Amino acid sequence: MATETHDTAHQAASACVDSHGGAVGLPQVCGEWMGNQIFWLVVTLVVIFFVLSRIALPRIAAVLAERQGTITNDLAAAEDLKVKAVEAEDAYNKALADARVEAQNIVNATKAEIKGQIDDAIAKADADISAKAAEGEKKIAEIRAGALESVKVVAKDTAKEIVAAMGGKADAKSVTAAITARMKG
Amino acid sequence: MATEAHGAEDKGLELVFHPMDQFMVKPLFGDGGVGTFTITNVTLWMAITVLAVIALMVLGTSGRNTVPSRIQSISELAYGFIRKMVEDVAGKDALPYFPYIMTLFIFIVFSNFLGLLPGAFTATSHIAVTAIMAVAVFLAVTVLGFVKNGFGFLSLFWISSAPLPLRPILALIEVISYFVRPVSHSIRLAGNMMAGHAVIKVFAAFAPMVLIGWVGVLVTPLSIIAITAIYALEVLVAFIQAYVFTILTCVYLKDALHPNH
Repeated sequence: MATETHDTAHQAASACVDSHGGAVGLPQVCGEWMGNQIFWLVVTLVVIFFVLSRIALPRIAAVLAERQGTITNDLAAAEDLKVKAVEAEDAYNKALADARVEAQNIVNATKAEIKGQIDDAIAKADADISAKAAEGEKKIAEIRAGALESVKVVAKDTAKEIVAAMGGKADAKSVTAAITARMKG
Repeated sequence: MATEAHGAEDKGLELVFHPMDQFMVKPLFGDGGVGTFTITNVTLWMAITVLAVIALMVLGTSGRNTVPSRIQSISELAYGFIRKMVEDVAGKDALPYFPYIMTLFIFIVFSNFLGLLPGAFTATSHIAVTAIMAVAVFLAVTVLGFVKNGFGFLSLFWISSAPLPLRPILALIEVISYFVRPVSHSIRLAGNMMAGHAVIKVFAAFAPMVLIGWVGVLVTPLSIIAITAIYALEVLVAFIQAYVFTILTCVYLKDALHPNH
């Protein structure tokens, strides 16, 4: 066999390896490999333990605690803000109600004022109107009186002329007296 | 069958079944034997495990973000998962031992998942590895039980809720089951990991059948589907076995801290 030297070399190296470099039986129960595995396992576990317990776990615990704190603070802040918002809403509503009342007052006051002004203006206008009406009546009366006088004069003149035209002699006094009597009638 | 195999051998093709070779411990440098301190593939893959743990748990959390990054939230998830498990199963007074349990869980879960990489060496498939962890848990829990409770720890075996005549028999059973714990604890993990990997390897050996004969047209796709399915199962098993190992450790720890059931 060409592999004879190889074979013996392997046999010298391990009883768990066959001549082709394959496993003999269960590698898990090969006694001469166990020491190596146990040694490196212990090394690995110790390293992982120190990495975890010294660095990773305290850091994660701190991060989680910090997050919890942040969440709690934020919730508290949110609660505060909520209370403030409610207060602000109340204040707003109160201000709104006040403003309404005030506006109503202003409206009423203004209405009263305007009403007063209107009343004044109406009274004044009434007074003006009645004054103007009285004046107008007076003027009408005057015009009427003037008209009567004119009619009297025209009637006198016309009567004189008519009398003269009819060949009579008009006595101014009697004509006047006659016209005056007629116009009264 | 024999002639077919023989004919295949002539062409330089044959089915090669070496499902156990993947579990061999080999020196990384040179061709010598494996001594206790030899740097082997065990060393390599355990070192990779350590680096992966550092990458997740240390580098991943280096931002210390209040709003976590993706990696940081994974490490926080692992932290919270194991911490809650310890607290729920073993009680609040078990929390000082949380770093030890976290170490076990993180090591096992990373070894299991790294072992699923093609060509990887699975440390947790070795009984030597799991037995050391199981025995360490067993011894630590037993010593802790006696330190915390004195001889009251023995009340763990004396079930006061059972009828008096039954108690000696139950005590015997309890003692036996107590000492079997490290055996079942370690073989469960190593056996699960080894079996899955070996089965995948066996199916993998069937995969090149198509190069050998017409039967391969049927066998090759089937074996590839089987590899895929078992790989998916192994992903599940990798996590579940780490979980089981950890939760059993918590249960044993609970017995040590509160032996009176």
